[in-house]
Amino acid sequence: MSDNKLKPAPLPNEGLPPEERGLFCDVAPREYEPAKGIVEDFYNWARSESLWILGFGTGCGAIELRPLMTSRFDMYRFGIQPRPTPRQSSVFVIGGYASVKTLKRIVRSYEQMMGPKFVIALGSCTINGGMYWDSYNTIKRIDQYIPVDTYITGCMPRPEALLAGFQELKKIIKAGKGEGQNEYARNFDWYKANQKKVIKNWNMPDYNW
Amino acid sequence: MNELAEKLAVRYGARDWHDQRKDLASVMVDILKIRDTLAWLRDEGGYVHLSFATAIDNIERGVFTLTYALRNHERGHSLMVHAEVSRDNPSVDSIHLLWGQGWTYQREMKEWYGIDFPGSPRVDEEFVLEGWDQMPMMRRDFDSLAYSDATYTERPGRVTHDPAAHMKEKLYPEAAK
Amino acid sequence: MEPTIIVRIGYAFISLFVITNYGLLLIGSMARISAKVQGRVGQPVYQPYIDIVKSSAKRNSISHGIMFYLGPVFRLAGGIGTYMFIPAVFGSVLFRNFSDSGDLLLVMYFIFFGQLGMALGAGEGGHPYSAIGVSRGLAQMTAFEVPFALSVIAVAIQYGTLDITAIVAAQQGGFMHWTLATNPLAVLAAIIAFLGMSMHNPFSVVIAPQEIPIGPPTEYQSNLLGMLQTNRAIFNGAKLVLYMNLFFGGATNIVVMVIKTFLIYFINVFVGQAFPRLRVDQSIRFFLGVPTLIGIASVIIAAI
Ligand code: SF4
Repeated sequence: MSDNKLKPAPLPNEGLPPEERGLFCDVAPREYEPAKGIVEDFYNWARSESLWILGFGTGCGAIELRPLMTSRFDMYRFGIQPRPTPRQSSVFVIGGYASVKTLKRIVRSYEQMMGPKFVIALGSCTINGGMYWDSYNTIKRIDQYIPVDTYITGCMPRPEALLAGFQELKKIIKAGKGEGQNEYARNFDWYKANQKKVIKNWNMPDYNW
Repeated sequence: MNELAEKLAVRYGARDWHDQRKDLASVMVDILKIRDTLAWLRDEGGYVHLSFATAIDNIERGVFTLTYALRNHERGHSLMVHAEVSRDNPSVDSIHLLWGQGWTYQREMKEWYGIDFPGSPRVDEEFVLEGWDQMPMMRRDFDSLAYSDATYTERPGRVTHDPAAHMKEKLYPEAAK
Repeated sequence: MEPTIIVRIGYAFISLFVITNYGLLLIGSMARISAKVQGRVGQPVYQPYIDIVKSSAKRNSISHGIMFYLGPVFRLAGGIGTYMFIPAVFGSVLFRNFSDSGDLLLVMYFIFFGQLGMALGAGEGGHPYSAIGVSRGLAQMTAFEVPFALSVIAVAIQYGTLDITAIVAAQQGGFMHWTLATNPLAVLAAIIAFLGMSMHNPFSVVIAPQEIPIGPPTEYQSNLLGMLQTNRAIFNGAKLVLYMNLFFGGATNIVVMVIKTFLIYFINVFVGQAFPRLRVDQSIRFFLGVPTLIGIASVIIAAI
């Protein structure tokens, strides 16, 4: 994977106390060029057939992730597995409304995932606020804060809808359009500004490597 | 139970005893006597269990109504003790020495309504919100919609239907006309 | 004619390649069988391959220092080392690997080696869950090593050698010569230890994804994880071959080897589907109880 041209300035990490700043990464994410041609196609096929979802339920919709593991819906046959740590997972399922407090954890977990990473946003809350549209504490559009590959509508969507959403995601990945990681790196400043606008007490590193 | 009502009235000037159900009653006391009342109820009245404590914003009367839900397990009876505190500069005696869990409720009320409980442990710390810089959000003069509109980006194209009219139109198009 | 060392290395690579693929397919097919037991379709048999390709095709990865890289390397070395000193097929030049007299001791050492290397690497990761996972893994490992070691001692006493090839040779000539028939207690103890070793259900608490996240490899990602997954396959194969050699009469050709190891591995699925997961303290108590007594009994029987 070749290096991208831009060399960004180190991140200030101003939210951290001075003695801790050195402990965290101060490099902004960079873009990664996909491999060429048939190799990338093969990789994308593997990525789409081995979707490891981060087991972090962020709203009511997360309750719909559990049935997927049961014999009735059996997501394993599509190569979908739950994974407990962001380091190893490649799909982040935002399970519904995200309060500001949760958003902080979402951003952290998302940034800790290894690319290429994909995001499925679930339920009307993530799309336009849903029934929490007038709440003082929940964001209305998740795609302002992290890149989203596909949405699943409903309040809440059934497990079948989730499986359909995963199939949709597979198509996106196979078409080579699942470049959320690069999009995040490209628009890093914009995403950060949005995040910092709603997360008032920013007490974490600017980029959790 | 009226015996208890009388005792409370004599001792603490409690008023408005109201039997909601056979096993649930409520009573109103003066805010200055709330701690003594609760202590007496716990030690003498048999109401040993604090189920919860919360507040209601009665903005029309300019007061917060505090509610302490007590339970007498021997008699199987619950008692709601209400007390009203003025909305400007609300400050109430802490009950964390009566019930250990009391400080959690008080921290909650401090964050959500801005009611102070001097001496209650960690009462000034954040409870569920992180980095909240507005007026306490459960006060009824806080405009949630305005705040939400100002803070969170909206996706254009959101419409609201009246459920009855919408379903009528969908299911019985002829009748709607 | 003795093949030269170069040729032997070449053979070793072939044999390693075969066992890796075999191990991966074994994991895949067992997952599929488990799924059938649970009444679902289950993942494709080739899913482990996709997972490894996927992990290796990750675009970025993080590091926590040199030791962090060395963890999976040690682990892989442990897996390969274990396999390299076991003759996979008795009498075959191709699958003889590097087995020689005394290799049993070496193999026992290598089984532990990988886990220790992993402990160092995972510790470097700095994640508290890795440290917890490692300590739980090591504790459980120490516990099941006891019955396993006892039964290996029993086998060594019985055949009077530490050379795996010689042990296999002594078992040739039909079922009645297998250790399974001559010293069933040793086999029983070893099989129980095997359940712990393969981290299948009753003893899967260390690496179960739902437990304290996934145990030692919490921080591992991308190609390092791919390495661990590959090692899992090799190590599985190596263990199975070792068991087949020590207790089930070895194999004289690759088909017999595949059949026998498949059946041995099947014990895991059988037990795993029937029993719930134990906590670490429970499994330690379990291993140090009856299985250890069985192991001691087998040693005594072999000695007299
Ligand atoms: S869309 Fe509905 S189910 Fe989903 S998080 Fe929002 S309110 Fe809950």
